[in-house]
Amino acid sequence: MSTTTLAAVTRGRVRRDRRRRAVLAALTLAVAAMVVVSLMVGRTFYPAGDVLRVILGETVPGASFTVGELRLPRTVLALATGLCFGMGGVTFQTMMRNPLASPDIIGISSAASAAAAFAIIVLGLGETGVAVFAIVAALGVAVLIYLLSFTDGVAGTRLVLIGIGIAAMLNSATAYILNQAGQWDLQAATRWLNGSLNGSTWDETLPVLAALAVFGPVLLSRARSLTMLQLGDDTAAALGTRLERTRLVAIVAAVGLIAFATSATGPIAFVAFLAGPIAARLVGAGGSPLLPSALVGALLVLVADFLGQFAFDIRFPVGVVTGVLGAPYLIYLLVRTNRAGGSL
Amino acid sequence: MTTDHALTTEKLTVGYGDRVVIESLDLLVPPGRITAIVGANACGKSTLLRSMSRLLAPRTGHVMLDGRQVHRMPAKELARTLGLLPQSPIAPEGITVADLVGRGRNPHQRLLSRWSRDDDRAVAAALDATHTADLADRSVDELSGGQRQRVWIAMALAQQTELLLLDEPTTFLDVSHQVEVLDLLTDLNATRGTTIVMVLHDLNMAARYAGHLIALADGGLYAAGPPAEVLTEECVRAVFGLDSRVIVDPVSGRPLMLPIGRHHVSVARA
Ligand SMILES: Nc1ncnc2c1ncn2[C@@H]1O[C@H](COP(=O)(O)OP(=O)(O)OP(=O)(O)O)[C@@H](O)[C@H]1O
Ligand SMILES: [Mg+2]
Repeated sequence: MSTTTLAAVTRGRVRRDRRRRAVLAALTLAVAAMVVVSLMVGRTFYPAGDVLRVILGETVPGASFTVGELRLPRTVLALATGLCFGMGGVTFQTMMRNPLASPDIIGISSAASAAAAFAIIVLGLGETGVAVFAIVAALGVAVLIYLLSFTDGVAGTRLVLIGIGIAAMLNSATAYILNQAGQWDLQAATRWLNGSLNGSTWDETLPVLAALAVFGPVLLSRARSLTMLQLGDDTAAALGTRLERTRLVAIVAAVGLIAFATSATGPIAFVAFLAGPIAARLVGAGGSPLLPSALVGALLVLVADFLGQFAFDIRFPVGVVTGVLGAPYLIYLLVRTNRAGGSL
Repeated sequence: MTTDHALTTEKLTVGYGDRVVIESLDLLVPPGRITAIVGANACGKSTLLRSMSRLLAPRTGHVMLDGRQVHRMPAKELARTLGLLPQSPIAPEGITVADLVGRGRNPHQRLLSRWSRDDDRAVAAALDATHTADLADRSVDELSGGQRQRVWIAMALAQQTELLLLDEPTTFLDVSHQVEVLDLLTDLNATRGTTIVMVLHDLNMAARYAGHLIALADGGLYAAGPPAEVLTEECVRAVFGLDSRVIVDPVSGRPLMLPIGRHHVSVARA
């Protein structure tokens, strides 16, 4: 091998590594900045000092309630669900080699949401019961879609179409549950159909943090195998990847993240779908997309929630804002694949 | 230079669903040599390679590597010994050539290990060998079919296995790049002792470059041995249903097959 090639290879790799690290650092900073802004800014402005004192447990008149009881749980929940949706979404997209195969498009989030709405509104269960319901339903749908569209490897178009059908069914089921319970108020409806952070409490936030602490590291430990799956089953297996095991772990962990997050906030529209492609744009296609997507997901939710609360005359729930952001990209993807004459 | 690996199949039967593609096949890949597999479309060549590299479990019978059952070996350990370049591999959208070739290093990397100097060296050597070094920073999506094929071969080379199975490595390549790839594989075989098994559709290239020729017909072995013994007019008729003349290639001394179709045949048929 020539030394110039070696030097060029090393240089290229170092450059791509640097870019990745720089993007990760910038995303982390942006997320941290959004967290701080969300805590300080609102109807009333509280300086950083007050916010810090509240976090440290001191009593600050006004701020203790507004920041401690309202803004802090809401912001932490926004951060946590954003990380969950971002990481869970890109796991599916990577595994299925298809940006449309994200859990919020193919019905997995809808399943979690319908089950959570049922568990809360009809059965009146608490957080743990709701999360269990959501995860069982989401796993069930994931398995169902897998079985219905499985033909020796995962079929792209079939999977997406079947998933979209199932999502539509589940969304009407959610609407029906909301209707039947006689609780058709806008609050509940937007939460379980679009996703909302209104009225977030620590009781909802803690299970999501726990899910993140368990499933996040599990997924990250499989990061390399997951990226190998992008090469197709044969190449990935020939390079030493254990396909079934990787898929099983990835599906369970990603569904866990999605289900827990959804049972707290509802399926915040398109965050899982958007985070991966945006992250790939930023870091390039070489490495694992898990961490950058998680950060992009968090940033999307934090920014969308902030905009929804304060950018307009009326307050929009976070899912409506992300929905408006995500829909054009979905249309773009559909148009592009249609033009290319390709499959979904 | 390397230890010779014995790859064999014993009464191997494989298929998809309830459809048997290869039945009770006994095969021996001569260690340290170049083997070419030829046969008609859909006769099971890719299926055989997939099964030999553990991607497809046997119904009955075994694939044995150095006395061990391939399907019982740990995935990464096997991938350090035996590499496979599938017939139509998939490149992730937007990936650069260097990153794609780097994926070939996967079996050499532990769960948390960092990218090493050896990895860089293997990638650089693979790029040089396939004349793709100047493409290193390009996106794979933007390459021509032939460039892309050479990049895939580079990825397989970066895996640095002592056994390399390639499914139609010369498709998409123009004649000079075909020769170049086959020369490259021959060099690899000569200098490192890499055992090479490749599926080729061009019988003349197969006869010229392979020391051992395997002709498959309908999931079974039709003939195996030195090209001069295997590539005969009879074999071509049996395997491909085609009349032909086989002469001695004035360039290599190996057999050269000239097909006889329904047109443009000026000499009386044999
Ligand atoms: N994934 C699969 N599922 C079901 N059947 C398959 C699958 N892959 C191949 N087959 C079938 O198995 C048979 C052998 O296919 P294989 O790909 O091994 O042929 P091949 O000899 O490599 O052909 P070619 O020269 O066209 O590449 C064919 O009839 C094919 O239709
Ligand atoms: Mg084939």
